[in-house]
Formats: sequence, C-alpha cells, structure tokens
Amino acid sequence: MGEAIVITSGKGGVGKTTTTANIGAGLAQAGQRVALIDADIGLRNLDVVMGLENRIVYDLVDVVEGFAKLKNALIKDKRFNENLYLLPAAQTRDKTAVSPEQMRDLVSSMKEEFDFVLIDCPAGIEQGFKNAVAGSDRAVVVATPEVSSVRDADRIIGLLEAEEKHHPSLIVNRIRPSMVKKGDMMDINDMIEILAIELLGVVPDDEFIVVSTNRGEPAVLNTQSQAGQAYRNIARRLMGENVPMMKLEDDNQGFIGRLRKMMGIKG
Amino acid sequence: MFDLFARVFGREDASKEVAKERLRLVLVHDRASLSPQALESLKNDLLNVISQYLDIDDQGFRVDFSRHEDAMALIANIPIKKKVGRPL
Repeated sequence: MGEAIVITSGKGGVGKTTTTANIGAGLAQAGQRVALIDADIGLRNLDVVMGLENRIVYDLVDVVEGFAKLKNALIKDKRFNENLYLLPAAQTRDKTAVSPEQMRDLVSSMKEEFDFVLIDCPAGIEQGFKNAVAGSDRAVVVATPEVSSVRDADRIIGLLEAEEKHHPSLIVNRIRPSMVKKGDMMDINDMIEILAIELLGVVPDDEFIVVSTNRGEPAVLNTQSQAGQAYRNIARRLMGENVPMMKLEDDNQGFIGRLRKMMGIKG
Repeated sequence: MFDLFARVFGREDASKEVAKERLRLVLVHDRASLSPQALESLKNDLLNVISQYLDIDDQGFRVDFSRHEDAMALIANIPIKKKVGRPL
C-alpha cells in the first residue's frame, strides 16, 4: 500500500507543479513506483512541465467518469525505467467535474499499485483544493519567502487542519542566500517560526528551473542543478531517509565570503 | 564570524524584519477570522460592559491576539482608574 501526498500552497506561482514533477522524478530515480496526478482541472500544466504533453490520450475526468481505464490514461515516463506515471488533468472541464469522494476512490485504487501517489493541487481554497486533498495521507505545503506566499500558506495549513489532514510539512522554495544574508529575505527559521510546521526541504532559487521547464526535463535529471539536488534530497526524506538540509552557497559572496573561502573556514 | 559582523553592522531597516512584523499582524486577524473592524467593535463592546462596573482608562485600553505555542489567546489590558460607586 503506497502513500498519497498532496502538494499544495494556496497561492499560485510558488512552484507546486515544478515541485510535484521533481519530487516524483526524484522518487522514481531512487527506484520507487510513482504516479503523479494533475488535479488542476481546466488549467493542466504538470504534463508540459514533465514534457509529456504530446502523449495524452485520456485524462483524470475520463477515468472518474468511466470512459477510460486508469491503466490506459496513465502516461509512462520512459526516462524513469517503468517507475514514473502521470495522470493528466482534463483541460476542457472545470473543478466541479469531479467530487472529493471520486478523488478519494481514485487515489485509494492508485495506492494499491504505486509506492507514492503525488497530487498536484490547484491554487486557491475552493473545490479544486478539496478534491486534491481528499484522498491524501499527508500534505506538503510549498511557500516562497514572501509575505503573500507565507500568508496564504498559513491559511492553507488552517484549511488542511479543517479537512483533518494533520501535520503538513513545509518546502521553502526559491530562497536566495545572498538576500537572506543581507536581511532582505526571510530565512528558513523565520518561516518555520511563523508557520509553526515541520520543515521537509529547502530549494534554492535556481535559473536552471526555467531551462528545465523550457525543455520539459525535470531538474533532478541534471546533476549540476542546485534545485535538482534539493529535490533529490526531499525525495529521499519522503522515503524515510535522514538527509541533512542542504548548505546553501551564497551566489554572490562578497569580500568576507571570499576571504572565508581563502582561509578555508566553513560557516 | 560573519554572523557577528552582520549583527554588529546589521541594518536596523532590514526589510525582512518589516515583512515579519507585517505578517505577524495580518496572520493574527486571518487566524482568528476577525477583521480589524470586528476587533475594534469587540473592543468597544468590552469597554461598554466593563465600564458599567469599573472606571476604565480608555486611553490605555488594549485588546489583541497573542499566540502561545499552538493556541491563540485574546489578551485585554484594561487599566482601571477607580471603582465606581463602591457598594455599602
């Protein structure tokens, strides 16, 4: 029996879809059997982020309505040795095409075949959120170190509690070490303190994410990408391994940073 | 070592401090599902009720939410001038 994890945030544009794609790819790389569900009905995007948009035949609504079998709707990602599958969202329907009960049944049948079922939640707090959360065993909240994102994350944490999804964990996305050092960006501890939840991972702001999305290739496939490394670490933590938080290198170290490096002092 | 430098020469106006303070205030209202207007009217009602029994210094009257670990608390600070019409 696998585990279903919903990736959520409240606010749009903080990196839910990129996070879902990369954690899924990271888990598959590590040998887990993974299914990704794009629960953003009407605004599907996980397919393009994964580079699988040309292979869609059936979608989530087709499966829920019984027009297609689950195994025929799942798209196999050939880069990951039979380990990674995507169930795309419908593009021409809206959130009301599916109910939370239907999602619960779908996710629970998928958990029988996969080690992990990752659900990419739409932005917002309405039915799309309720659908995405319905079948999940645990929730991961993605937030960037910005006032608007943290505020919405706090609201989502409250709503998860109301849906009886307890103990969500946090991914801090797009952190910029140089700005944190200057005191112009909230750091990890600030965010944990404000949101009062457990930290699952920290993903640095990485230009390579744009390149990877352009190409439709998850960043975990690139060994040079810092964000890719961060996502691989998160995947291993979800598998129960104890992986220390990544030491974030300042991208613009300045005089003291360079001096420290010359002297071989590690902070 | 650098952290010490940062603390010694730290900017008082570091914008993350502003962000944290603004978040703290906005989250208090979000979490309690209470708008600043509603909080103001709660304050006035409290003031009216308590004024029936005590002479309150309404300049020093403060009502706010506070977070203690996982729980929210409504904290009222009500300075009293003197008792009104002491019985007997």
